[in-house]
Amino acid sequence: MSTADLGNGAGHRPAPFRPDLLAGGTFIALGLAFAIGGSRYDVGSALRMGSGYVPLVLGGLLVVLGLLVVLMAFRGGDPAIRDVERNPVPWRRGGMLVAAILFFGFFVSGLGLGVTLFVTTFIAALAGHGTGVLKAALTSAGITAVCLVVFVALLRLRLPLLGDWLGG
Amino acid sequence: MDSILLGLETALQPTNILICLLGVTLGTAVGVLPGIGPTATVALLLPITFEFDAVASLIMLAGIYYGAQYGGSTTAILLNLPGESSAVVTALDGHQMARQGRAGPALATAALGSFFAGTVGTIVLALFAPPLAQLALEFGPADYFAIVVLGLIASVALASGSTVKALGMIVLGLLLGTIGQDQFTGVPRFTFGVRELYGGLDFVSLAVGLFGVAEIIRNLESRHSAALVTKKVEGLWLTKDDFRRIRMPVLRGTALGSALGVLPGGGHVLAAFTSYSVEKRLSKEPKKFGTGVIEGVAAPESANNAAAQTSFIPLLSLGLPAHPVMALLVGAFIIQGIVPGPNVINDEPELVWGLIASMWVGNLLLVLLNLPLIGIWVKMLSVPYEVMFPAIIAFASVGCYSLGLNPWDVFAIAAAGVVGYFLIRWGCEAAPLLLGFVLGPLLEENLRRAMIISRGDPTVFATRPISASLLLLAAVIIIVAVLPSVRRKREVVFQGEDD
Repeated sequence: MSTADLGNGAGHRPAPFRPDLLAGGTFIALGLAFAIGGSRYDVGSALRMGSGYVPLVLGGLLVVLGLLVVLMAFRGGDPAIRDVERNPVPWRRGGMLVAAILFFGFFVSGLGLGVTLFVTTFIAALAGHGTGVLKAALTSAGITAVCLVVFVALLRLRLPLLGDWLGG
Repeated sequence: MDSILLGLETALQPTNILICLLGVTLGTAVGVLPGIGPTATVALLLPITFEFDAVASLIMLAGIYYGAQYGGSTTAILLNLPGESSAVVTALDGHQMARQGRAGPALATAALGSFFAGTVGTIVLALFAPPLAQLALEFGPADYFAIVVLGLIASVALASGSTVKALGMIVLGLLLGTIGQDQFTGVPRFTFGVRELYGGLDFVSLAVGLFGVAEIIRNLESRHSAALVTKKVEGLWLTKDDFRRIRMPVLRGTALGSALGVLPGGGHVLAAFTSYSVEKRLSKEPKKFGTGVIEGVAAPESANNAAAQTSFIPLLSLGLPAHPVMALLVGAFIIQGIVPGPNVINDEPELVWGLIASMWVGNLLLVLLNLPLIGIWVKMLSVPYEVMFPAIIAFASVGCYSLGLNPWDVFAIAAAGVVGYFLIRWGCEAAPLLLGFVLGPLLEENLRRAMIISRGDPTVFATRPISASLLLLAAVIIIVAVLPSVRRKREVVFQGEDD
């Protein structure tokens, strides 16, 4: 993205500011999704609004706001973030974080709290800068122990320590 | 005053003091960890409060909130890492004081100023919430609709970024709030046949994702440099001269904060900024501000805390959260089976006044405990981030899952984290989205009720004096917010955030 040629004054047509394009695009896409989804439900009338009325109206509003944000992209971009330096998106590390959380959601009922927590924190810890397998294993073992003490022993949350698959 | 006594009686029960203490300590502990602001702290610790009964759980939450805020000022002062936008102002002079070896007095000023302001704020709250709640009982659906609109719009005007994007985030939040069964017809909306989504998205998951996970992903962008706090914090006590210098700033900050805190959507941020600039203007040596003057810590910290207290007024009298932490409290009320609104003060006096009094007790405990414990908090700052963030992930997952044993609540954390990360990266703030999400059902319900009552005549919003004036006010705010001249001024006010 070329932030360098922004603000060259009138006459020039600077390249659109990409974060605004993406933000606006997201608004438009989500707005459309809710509006179209909403229109499939009973929309009703202003007097008796159906289930789809409010999503349809708000979805439309979000599309309009998204268009305004896109327009802003062509007008030099959002001043609040235009000049902020951005680091590259941490796709791999972020992806591992998401994978860790998803693992927990998928397996906690089957494997129980102990194993699931360990694996989850292990995957998450590996996402850290300069964390090797051994360090991640130690970190996750420690965190799992603390969590078990806090949630199971102290707070007595009714969570299965061993899951269905482990005969817990 | 009877009500305050009732509250104190509740809050001073030994178990409740203990719970308050636990909340304050936990809140401070998590709040001092860099990169976790009060909102994320409250969201992360929310699930563990649900094990207690309603009064105890809310007392604990309030304690967590105050502890987190106190922890936030601690990191702002010691590390120049403000946990949330209102602590930005504290960091300006507070961190300079710390660098000059006056971290102790800066922390003590923050604690004492906050305590005084909190006390005054509590009294203001006790005086104004009941009559306002009484008034609110007369409100019809149209008026409620107008109040919600005003609250949402005001939160946009006070946000620091782009107005259009903040509006978009609100609308997105409102839309996310429509997921689940329609409260009027029972039709499941946007659930894609997933039964677990019938109850709607879980707001704790949403908050944890938006404020916790998104922040972690952002921090993973670059190697996290270890926090540099080697300087010892000593000499906590203030000199006589310090006391003389902070007296008026604390008073003025408290007054400003109490008034501005009632504003929906971040009055405490505005209060902190305003009180700082007021002190700067009144000072004989305005140029010294920013170089570590104690007034520059006393005023915004008092204003912030007074505002935090009075921001409970709209919550307790109207059921309207003024900022994301209040939104989390609304969620806590609902999970405890209490519908926040004008009736709460009459129906649950013990709860409401116990909560109010416990906030005061919490502030007191903070002063008594945390100043001596500051050494421990400073040590917590040296926990490496590589250990901290997996722990946050673990807490977030277990916490959200334990609420309903629903794996979709866990998936929602991941989704909210990713979406939040990108939206924040693109200059959209997360706070308006969460406010929209919490207020969405309220907005829709009252809109639909109002239209049924008026027989489909939309002029009802213009003919009822209360709703008409509130909507007019909202319109004025939005026009003012997008006007270029005000924009510039806003940028001047918020430019301190870049420092």
